Formats: sequence, C-alpha cells, structure tokens
Amino acid sequence: MKNTVEIRWHGRGGQGAKTAALLLADVAFKTGQNVQGFPEYGPERMGAPITAFNRISKEKIRVHSNIYEPDYVVVVDETLLHSVNVTDGLKEEGAIIINTPRSKEEVLPQLNGYKGRVVTIDARAISEQTLGKNFPNTPMLAATVAVTKVLERDQFINDMRASFEHKFAKKPEVIDGNMKALEMAYEAVS
Amino acid sequence: MRTDATKINERSPYTDLTEGLQMFSAGTAKNFNTGEWRTNTPVMDWTKCRQCLLCCPVCPDSSIPVKDGKRLEFDYDHCKGCGICVKVCPFDAIIMKEGIEP
Amino acid sequence: MSVKAIKERMSGNEAVSYAIRQVAPEVMPAFPITPSTEIPQMVSTYIANGELDTEFIPVESEHSAMSAAIGAEAAGARTMTATSSAGLALMWEELLLAASNRLPIVLTLVNRTLSGPININCDHSDGMGARDTGWIQIYAENNQEAYDNYIQAFPIAEDPRVHLPVMICQDGFITSHAVENIELMEDEPVKDFVGTYTPEEFMLNPGRPVSVGPYSVSNYAMEAKKLQEEAMERSKAVILEVAKKFGEMSGREYGLFEEYRTEDADYIMVIMGSAAGTAKTAVDELRDQGWKVGVLKLRVFRPFPEKEIAEALKNCKAAAIMDRCESYNGNGGPLSSEIPAGLYRSKVMIETVSYVYGLAGRDFRVEDAAGIFRDLRDLVENGKEVEQFKYIGLRV
Repeated sequence: MKNTVEIRWHGRGGQGAKTAALLLADVAFKTGQNVQGFPEYGPERMGAPITAFNRISKEKIRVHSNIYEPDYVVVVDETLLHSVNVTDGLKEEGAIIINTPRSKEEVLPQLNGYKGRVVTIDARAISEQTLGKNFPNTPMLAATVAVTKVLERDQFINDMRASFEHKFAKKPEVIDGNMKALEMAYEAVS
Repeated sequence: MRTDATKINERSPYTDLTEGLQMFSAGTAKNFNTGEWRTNTPVMDWTKCRQCLLCCPVCPDSSIPVKDGKRLEFDYDHCKGCGICVKVCPFDAIIMKEGIEP
Repeated sequence: MSVKAIKERMSGNEAVSYAIRQVAPEVMPAFPITPSTEIPQMVSTYIANGELDTEFIPVESEHSAMSAAIGAEAAGARTMTATSSAGLALMWEELLLAASNRLPIVLTLVNRTLSGPININCDHSDGMGARDTGWIQIYAENNQEAYDNYIQAFPIAEDPRVHLPVMICQDGFITSHAVENIELMEDEPVKDFVGTYTPEEFMLNPGRPVSVGPYSVSNYAMEAKKLQEEAMERSKAVILEVAKKFGEMSGREYGLFEEYRTEDADYIMVIMGSAAGTAKTAVDELRDQGWKVGVLKLRVFRPFPEKEIAEALKNCKAAAIMDRCESYNGNGGPLSSEIPAGLYRSKVMIETVSYVYGLAGRDFRVEDAAGIFRDLRDLVENGKEVEQFKYIGLRV
C-alpha cells in the first residue's frame, strides 16, 4: 500500500454514503493509521447526489481540500452513473466499485472510457438477503476494504463485529445479519 | 479591583477607573441631589391622605419614604417632580405646584 | 511532564463538545445554527446522560443566547455558547457588551459565510465581521487545535490581567464535520488546567454589591475603552503563558502564530484556519523541488500580533496574504489591510500580494497554494506584474 490512499464516495442523501466513509475512517484508525473522513455538503436533501471523501495514510494528514484525483471511487447508487461523472480524475491504477446487479461489461459504457479496474457488486441483493432490507452501505464498506486493502480482512471483520456489538447492544438479532452482509460482500469482490 | 466610588470623579485618570466601569457600592444615587432638577413640585394635602401607600412604589426616584407602615414627607432632595404620584393617588391628596419650592 | 494521550478520531464539533464535557462550564445558553448545531446537540446529550451538569438554556435566538451568557457570567457563573454565521451576526450588539463589561465568556464559533448569497459553507466573514467587537479570537487548523484552543480559552479569558471574552474559531464543515485523528487528554488534567472559576467580583455575592454595565457619560466612557484596549494588549502575554503551560501538559506547542518552514524562506504565505494545512502540503512539495517557501499560520487574530508578524516576515522577499473573507473596501480582506499596515509601521518593506480565497466553501487546493507561490516568485525574480486581491478559483 502506498503512503496515502484517497477515496471518493458517490451516493444520494439519506443512503449512508457519508456514514460509510466515516466507518471506513473508523476501522482504518483502529489499525493505527492517520485518517480523514468528510462529506461535501450541498443542498441538504434526501435523494440529492452527495460526495464523501477518505484519506488514509501512514503519515500525518494536513490537506483540507476535496479529492480530485482519487485512487478509488465508490458508487453507492448506480443511478448516479447517468448524472454524475463518477470517474472524473480517477487514477487508472486505482479502481471503481459500483453497487449494481449488472456486470462490469454492462456498466462500462457509462464510465467515460475509464481504463482501470471496474468492480461491480450487488450490494442491494446481499443486503436484502442478509438483513431483509436495502442497506447498501454495509456491503459497500466491505467491498471497499477488500478492493483498497486499507486494512487486513481479519482485522476488519473483528473490528466490525466489536463495533456492531457495541452499536446494536439492544438489538443483538441484527448483528449476525450485518456480519453476514460484510463477509458476503468481501468474498464477492475478492 | 474594588474601588471606592466616592474617590472617582471626572478628573480621575483612566487608570484609576474600574474595569468595565463596574460600581462597587450600593445606593450611591443618594449622594446626588437630583431634586434641584425639579421644575414642578408635588405637595401633600395631609387631610386627604388615607395612607394607602399607592404612591410609594411608583415613585421612580424612591423619594417617598415609608416608616412604620406610613408614608412620610417627600424627600425633596431627590424628587425630580415627575408627577406620577399625583396621577396614582385615588384621593387627590397630592397636587403639583409650579416651581422648585414645596 | 506530558499527560497521557488518548488516541481517538472524531470531528471538530465532537472534539469541542468533548472539551466542553471536560471543562464543564456552569451555564450554556445556545441556539442551533448550521454548522455548529452539533455542539449544543452533543452537550445536551451529555447532560441527558448525566455526564455533565452544565445548566443548558435553550433560548429563542442568538441575541438572547449572548444576553443570557452576559447575565450568567456577570452573576458569577463560568459561561459559554456556540454559534455560526448569521447567529454571530445576531449577537452583534451583545458581543460588544460582553467585552466592554469585561466578562470572560467563551464562544466556540464554527466559521460559516454570512449571507448572501445564502450558503452554509465555510469562510471567515462571520468571525472577521466581529473583529472590532473586543473579543479575543483564536483560529484552529484542525480538530486537535479546536480542542486545545477551547481548553486554553478559559484561563486566558479569566486571567485578572485580561477579563475579556474569547472566541474559539474552527472552519465549518472542513474541520467541524471531518473525522480526523486527535489526541485527547483525560478529564482530570483538563479540569486541573482550567481550575475552578473564582471571579473576584460577581453579582450574586451577598454583602459585596456590584453594578455591571452602568451608563457612562462622555467624561468616563473613553477612559473605559482605553482600559479595555490595554487589557487586549496585555492578553498577548497571557495567551503565550497559557500556551506554554498547556504545552508542558499536552506536549503540543502554540504561539500567536505558527511558522512552518519559514526559517530561510524567500516566499511566505500568511493564512488562517484549515487551509493552512493545505498550504503546508504545498510547501512540502515545493521544498522537495528546491523552492524556499514557508507558511505563517495566524492563530491569534485578536489581539493582532502586528509587530511579531512583521518580525517573522522581515527576511523574506515576498509574502502572500490570504483572506477567507471580502471586506468590500476595494482592497481585499482584513488581513490584507492589517498586515501591510504592520509591515509599514515596522519599516519592513517586502513585497506583499493579497488574495481572497475559499469564500462560501470554495475549495482551496494544494495546486492553488502552489500557484500563489509561483506568483510571488514571478513578481520578485521576473518582475512580472501580479494581480492584487485576486479571487482564487474564480471562474473567468
């Protein structure tokens, strides 16, 4: 892994892309790295396109600007492919991770000629199968960790279990579903 | 810095004044005889006064002293002659007189 | 001896709220406004969970928030509030009263632009608009500095040589909503550092009467203002004393400003807030290419360290003066007026170029900072004319 990894998230207000970016910062922090997780605020509305960012680094992070040439892009809502230039500035040695039931070949025409790695994952199907509802950010987080390798699988899984056990202390029945969603998504893109 | 307000006057250098011009003594208005500002003067007709005491709390300058449940003569050293006591008196026991003398 | 550091990650708003829980001011009147809303929200949660016994007063406006803060502080309670943008503007009248009544209130400001056009994002127009209200103003680069500055604010404000309110500023969203690494301190050392509030004079003090904010005729008011001005001047030394003591505890050093790689720099960028970190990154990159460049990050804007800045800039060839605020006076922003005035008074005749950047959340990138250093070099080495008061990142 190089010194600083920069990730840009595309989602819609209310879908949890910001939360996923903050969670990624959280799990990377626990490995002793320097992290940044921050959203870009536009009109604060459910459904509006939103962007969130991560920097994860071995070194102290001083920059306080958005990310224009990300190593990775994560698209939580594939309908954004029509309206947002999600591959803008994306490095070709990096990758784009898209939540879609379609194959890589099917989404490729919408990626403005991006030549790097394209990873598709049906986060909705995984979420519905494991949690009974469409919460795409948990599987998208796992897919992002698997592709970016900002931390090891086992450490990620263990940290997430601990954090779910804390977060859902009063709803232990959802912990297993969330863990299953993480593991399935991780395997799907590995 | 707790300062004796009576020692500060308009000739005091700024360094002798208090922070934020805070005042550290109570009731200092007593030291200023604002009664000399008066152009009209309230005067009691004691035959009409029923000691209802309505005039005392409305006086903006605390110039109607009360002792043992009874109002006393005006404190003319501080009464500015506003006439509110005249308006509030239900028994017409106070009249305004022109000039500074009661 | 440094105290134990708790390594954490949190946003700037979380960091300030954490510090509030540790300092536990006695009274906090506040009214929510983006992007500082999370602070009263988190404080209320601490109170609801029984972790904090601050008296939180939900008021109906920021004007009332500052009025209630003035009343509480005058009564003798350690008092704070939080706001942003239009909220600070609505406090305007009361800000001046807090300062002239010499009340050591602490306000945590999450910088957001003043309308219009209406916008929720960061610039310094709110804080800068209040620059002549008599408040000490300290700006943070990141969540760590917001946390550290908040803790230092009370000993500065409450020092008998100062007795002035302090505004602790951080950049809206850019640091307030960004999760970053931070080193927190345990509760006890923070509480010890801030100490118990024991004002010499306060209103709820039986037998020792005091009137706060009396009417003052012209024969007295100017004298009071001079006393206030002298307290502001004295606060500079107190800020440094408090920073030294804080450094001994935390291991983190603070001054009136930070000089980053300026020792031999030909070109220096003077900048405040979160963009200073971006400018430092540009400096690192240009230094790798052999450029002698540095950053002077202004931390304490009020009192304005005029002579100290002139001294720090005297050996460079040119300085870029960066305002995240427009003064609409035809001459850029406040720093653009104050720094050259200070250089002139100190007879430091270096070139300065003023810029306006980052208005209403316009992003300030490493390339933007690097381009400004290129401007300075072009000016000095190639005699090229460089535009004054240029808007960085403006579409033309």
